[in-house]
Amino acid sequence: MSLLTYLARRAGLTVFVLFGVSIITFVITHIVPADPVAAYLGEHAPPALVEKVRHEIGLDRPLPVQYVIYITGLLHGNLGVSIMDTRPVDQDLAQYLPATVELTAAAMLVALLVGVPAGIISALYKDGWPDQVTRVLALGGVSLPIFYTALLLLGLLYSRLGILPGPGQLGIYTQPPPHITGMVAVDALLSADWAALGDALRHLILPALVLGYYSSGIITRITRGSLLEVLRQDYVRTARAKGIPESGVVLRHALRNALLPTVTVIGLTFGSLLQGAVLTETIFSWPGIGRYATNSVTSVDVPAVLGVTLVAAVIYSAVNLFVDVLYAYLDPQIRYA
Amino acid sequence: MIWRALRRSPLALAGFVLVVFFAGVAVGARWIALQDPLAQDLAHRLAGPSPSHPFGTDSLGRDIFSRVSYGARISVLSGVAVVAAATAFGIAAGTVAGWNGGWWDDVLMRLTDMFLAFPALILAMAISAILRPSLTNALLAIAITSWPAYGRLMRAQVLSLRARDYIEAARAQGATETTIIVRHLVPNAIAPLLVQATLDVGGIILTTAGLSFIGFGAQPPTPEWGVMVSEGRSFLMDQWWVSTFPALAILLLVLGFNLLGDAVRDVLDPRLRKMT
Repeated sequence: MSLLTYLARRAGLTVFVLFGVSIITFVITHIVPADPVAAYLGEHAPPALVEKVRHEIGLDRPLPVQYVIYITGLLHGNLGVSIMDTRPVDQDLAQYLPATVELTAAAMLVALLVGVPAGIISALYKDGWPDQVTRVLALGGVSLPIFYTALLLLGLLYSRLGILPGPGQLGIYTQPPPHITGMVAVDALLSADWAALGDALRHLILPALVLGYYSSGIITRITRGSLLEVLRQDYVRTARAKGIPESGVVLRHALRNALLPTVTVIGLTFGSLLQGAVLTETIFSWPGIGRYATNSVTSVDVPAVLGVTLVAAVIYSAVNLFVDVLYAYLDPQIRYA
Repeated sequence: MIWRALRRSPLALAGFVLVVFFAGVAVGARWIALQDPLAQDLAHRLAGPSPSHPFGTDSLGRDIFSRVSYGARISVLSGVAVVAAATAFGIAAGTVAGWNGGWWDDVLMRLTDMFLAFPALILAMAISAILRPSLTNALLAIAITSWPAYGRLMRAQVLSLRARDYIEAARAQGATETTIIVRHLVPNAIAPLLVQATLDVGGIILTTAGLSFIGFGAQPPTPEWGVMVSEGRSFLMDQWWVSTFPALAILLLVLGFNLLGDAVRDVLDPRLRKMT
C-alpha cells in the first residue's frame, strides 16, 4: 500500500485509541471514593448547598451524559478548571507544555548524540575494552534511579562547586525573552537575546543530561545490536570483498540499515522521557507539565490530573504515529505487512 | 543449560549473584537487620556510618542498614509480583485473542493500544490522585500499563505457532482444544515473554521507587527505598548516607535484574541476542 494509505490507516487508529484513552481517564476520575463536591465545600457545608453545587457542575447527571458533556468540551479544548490555581486547565497546560518540550527535546538530543556513536563504537570493537566499558555505562544508565542522580548532580555541581546554576529555567535576575514559542532558550535565540540564551542554556544542561542519560543507555544497546546484525549480512561481505575500505563499508552500507531500529526506539524512549521528565522537573523546579502533574496529584486537583494524563497520552500517541510512519517511509517492507 | 550460560559470561553471573543476594536479604531481613526498621532514636539522629549503624541513621534516628534490608523485601516482591501479574494476564488475553481470532482479536488489539498510550508513571499518578496514595495502588497502576505488551507478544506467538505440525498432530490424536492450548501451545510460546518479563522487572522497580519518591507510592514510615531517598534529599550534601545507601541498593538490584534479563535472553532465544 502506498505511504499515504498507511498514514491514513495509522492516523485513524490513533484517533480511535485517543477516544478510548478519554473513556479510560473519564472512568478513572469518576470512581473517586470521596464526594469531590463535599470535599471542595468543606465538611460543614449544608447538604442543600452541596446538592446545589453538584447540580450546577452537572455531577448528578447519569454517567454517560456526563461523558458526552465531557467529550464535547474536550473537542472544544475545554479541559475544566484547575482547583489549584482556578485557571482553565488548558491555559495551564499551554503555559507549561513548551518547557517540557524544550527539556525532552534537549534530552533526546543528548541521548542520540551520546547513544548512537557509543553504540557504533561498541559494535565495531566488539568484545574489546571500548565495547565492555560502553556496555557497562549503558547498563548503568538504565539501572540508575534518575531522581537520585538528579539530586546528587544538582547538589555537587550547584550547591558545592557552584559550576552550574540552580533550579529553574532562568536565573532570577535574568530578564526573560519575549514570549514567542514559550520555550525560553528558543525564544532567546529567536529574539537574539544572547544573555538570556546563555543563561537558559546553562540552566538546561544539567536537567537535559540527567534525563538524557537514561535514554542514551537504551539507544546505545539497540544501535550496537542492530549494527552487529547488519555487519554479519552478505551485502557487507560483498562490499568488503569489492575492496571498499572499512570506513566506507560502515558509513555507506551498514549504518543506513542499522539505524532503522533506532528510529523505532525513539518512539519508545520518548515515553520514558516523559516519565523521567516528571521526576526531573520536580527536582530541578523546571516549570513544565511534569512538575504540574506532581503538584496536581499532591493537591488532588482532579481536572488538572485528568488534563495532564490526557495530554501525555495524546503526545505519546502522536509521537508513536510519527515514528511508525517515518519507519514505513524508510523501510517499505513494513507497509505491506 | 542455565549453569553453562552463567559460567560463560561473567556479567550474567554477576547479575545472578546480585539478584540472589537481594532475594536472600529480602527473605532474611528479620535476621540480617540490626534492629526494628521503624524504631526511632532521636538522640542519635543523622549519625554517620559506624559499627553500630553501618549505614548511619536518618533524621528520626532509625538505623538505615535495617531499613535498607527490609526495603529489599518490598522492592523484590513488588517487581516480581507486578511482572507475574502482568505476564499472567497477558498470556491469558493473548492466547484468547490469537487462538480465537476475529472479534476477540480486534478487541484485544484495540484495548492494548489504548493502555499502551499511557506512560506508566503518569497513569499511576492519576490513579493515586483518585484513590489513596499507597504502594498497592501504585503497583496496580503499573501492572495495568504493563500487561498490554505481554498480551501482544503472546498473541503474536500464538498466531505463529498455531499452524505448527505438533498442534495438528495433537488434534489428530483427539486432544481437546483446552489440552492443546495448555499442554502444547502455551509452553512453547512463552519463551519471549519470560525474556521480556525478566528485562522488565528492573524498570518496574525503578518506576515504583520513583513514584514513592514523589510521594504517590509507598508512604512513610515504610522503609521503601524510594521513600528513603526522598527523606534524605534535603541533607544530601552533608548527611549523604541517608539517601545514598537506598539509592545504591536500587541501582544494584535493578542492575542485577537487567544483567540477568540479558542472560536469560541469550540463553532462551539466541535470535534475540542480536538486538542488544
